[in-house]
Amino acid sequence: MKPLRTHVGTAVPLRRSNVDTDQIYPAQLALTGSLTRTGHAPNLMGEWRKEPDFVLNRPEYEGASILVAGPEFGTGSSREWAVWALVDYGFRVILSPRFGDIFRGNAANNGLVAAALPEPAIEALWEQVEAAPQLPLAVDLEGRTVSVNDHRFAFEYPDDFRWRVMNGVDEIELTLRHSDDITAYEARRRPSLPKARGPEAVK
Amino acid sequence: MAQTAADKIWNTHIVRSDDDGQDLVYIDLHLLHEANTPQAFAGLREQNRRVRRPELTLGTEDHVTPTVGGTDISGGVAERYLTPMRRNCHDFGIELFSLGHESRGIAHVIGPELGLSQPGTTIVCCDSHTTTHGAMGALAFGIGTSQVEHVLATQTLPMRRMKNMRVTVDGVLPPGVSAKDLVLAMIRRIGTAGGQGHVIEYQGQAIRSMSMEARMTLCNMSIEAGARAGLVTADDVTFEYLRGRPHVPQGAAFDEEVEYWKTFVSDEDASFDKEVRLDAAALSPHVTWGTNPSQTVGLTEVVPSPSEFADPVERLAAERAVAYMDLTPGTPMKTVLIDAVFIGSCTNGRIEDLREVAEVWKGRRVAADVQVYLVPGSEGVRRQAVEEGLDRTFEAAGVQLRSPGCSMCVSVNGERLAAGQRTASTNNRNFEGRQGPGVRTHVVSPAVAAATAVAGRLAEPSDLEDRT
Repeated sequence: MKPLRTHVGTAVPLRRSNVDTDQIYPAQLALTGSLTRTGHAPNLMGEWRKEPDFVLNRPEYEGASILVAGPEFGTGSSREWAVWALVDYGFRVILSPRFGDIFRGNAANNGLVAAALPEPAIEALWEQVEAAPQLPLAVDLEGRTVSVNDHRFAFEYPDDFRWRVMNGVDEIELTLRHSDDITAYEARRRPSLPKARGPEAVK
Repeated sequence: MAQTAADKIWNTHIVRSDDDGQDLVYIDLHLLHEANTPQAFAGLREQNRRVRRPELTLGTEDHVTPTVGGTDISGGVAERYLTPMRRNCHDFGIELFSLGHESRGIAHVIGPELGLSQPGTTIVCCDSHTTTHGAMGALAFGIGTSQVEHVLATQTLPMRRMKNMRVTVDGVLPPGVSAKDLVLAMIRRIGTAGGQGHVIEYQGQAIRSMSMEARMTLCNMSIEAGARAGLVTADDVTFEYLRGRPHVPQGAAFDEEVEYWKTFVSDEDASFDKEVRLDAAALSPHVTWGTNPSQTVGLTEVVPSPSEFADPVERLAAERAVAYMDLTPGTPMKTVLIDAVFIGSCTNGRIEDLREVAEVWKGRRVAADVQVYLVPGSEGVRRQAVEEGLDRTFEAAGVQLRSPGCSMCVSVNGERLAAGQRTASTNNRNFEGRQGPGVRTHVVSPAVAAATAVAGRLAEPSDLEDRT
């Protein structure tokens, strides 16, 4: 995972709300898509991209790395495919008033920032970007701000996700360093708790 | 300090706490299905990592499995996904219920059915509807594939504590009104982000008078309100449901477990970050008209006009939704004609749901021009339905009882409708394309789905003509 502290890039305005993960990555495409974490860009918003004037098809937004979306982005299915497709397409930052919880965590686990801004800020960013599609936005994860022209907007982003993305760490490796704590927990864990392997395991 | 049930479960599962407020939480049960796991196992292999507790992990095949034609998976999407799933579970020592296994079914149906989902436990699965298991008094939530890999390798997850929300449902549901209608009405009120970041604990008389399966329907759709989890604390209904199930201790040991399970209730003075109150007696059957689950009305209402929405974002969403759904504002929902009906899923694929459908169909036939898909949630549900003779009622009504799976809830097994077709479905999501590109989904309860299949338009059982 590539660490990200600051990011400068152009943006795409997606004036839609409740962009659920079925829209970000239609399930039918997921099942014929790559079985690895890469190679998913062609399927990003696969159904909507069939509409010729859909914003991702517009040449003026080509090369954008920041997506500015309406509220409730990434609700619905837990499919991490949605994040893989966004990352594979080249997005590093998603801005929206609110995100689906599972999506937001999945994004952090793949180095994709899902930063929450109030609706008026999103509206202002849409207007700026639509007026000047090649306008660069500057995202500062340390200060939790996004800047465009002379405007600076503060965003909300949880501490643990921020730390994870800024350091690009392998979180499993970090947890494995606490294996002794896990073993100690298991030693005090209630012995009668169920085991998934065969009813004979439960006596 | 007073605690909620969710806090108590969380606290008993903390392996360690970080200074920044993040806890390492132990996972009691990890369910896997074939659709969202290949990348997790690939990650383990790349790093040469093992599965820490295979015996706390259970795999099932549900998403891509065919619902007719037996266990042959050669060719197509089933083979593509089930081949790696079987190899992965075999190589890492994980029990897998494959096609043909008598306990196979949708992950969220078999967990409770086998008694694996127990009060006071933590349960995760690579699936947003893991919230279903909260009906058992467990803290259960969906996770992404990277987190699956994390749980496989460590049996833990680093997480921030969830916030607490309480939904109190007073009174009792009127006849003909189900848990599905309750949860749709709730989402209509609080929206698709109403529960964001929270675990919703359901309390009140209506909840206490619900069966376990109704509670599962309710908790299942908590995710559609944006919640991390839904939870109903265990009571006598829970204990009687669990008694005698395969993975539950028997005899005196069972009584000991009951005493333990009883400790996971919210303290009377526990405080919640958010409170919502609903009156069960005022509820009626509900149906979605749009493309997110908050776009819902009562079945006797009309398609709303986008201009009714004061919020510009909601108005725009409504405009898009009526266009996608090809509906005219002001149209009574009960006049909307339907091409297909899907009954099943982790929301409504249990035996009580099938009994309700059989009750509606007894002495009736489904409309000739309506395609009906009837898919039980598990092999256990299917067996029970056959034992009770429900399959004969279905057959007489002109419907085949299929083999279990997710089927047309998510339409990744090849079972889908054609663009432009309209369906009444007991699934959980009316998203664009959920049941096939261009397909228009109306989410309803099993009783409404069954009546709709007979009438050929959205209907409730009381709308139907007399049985023959």
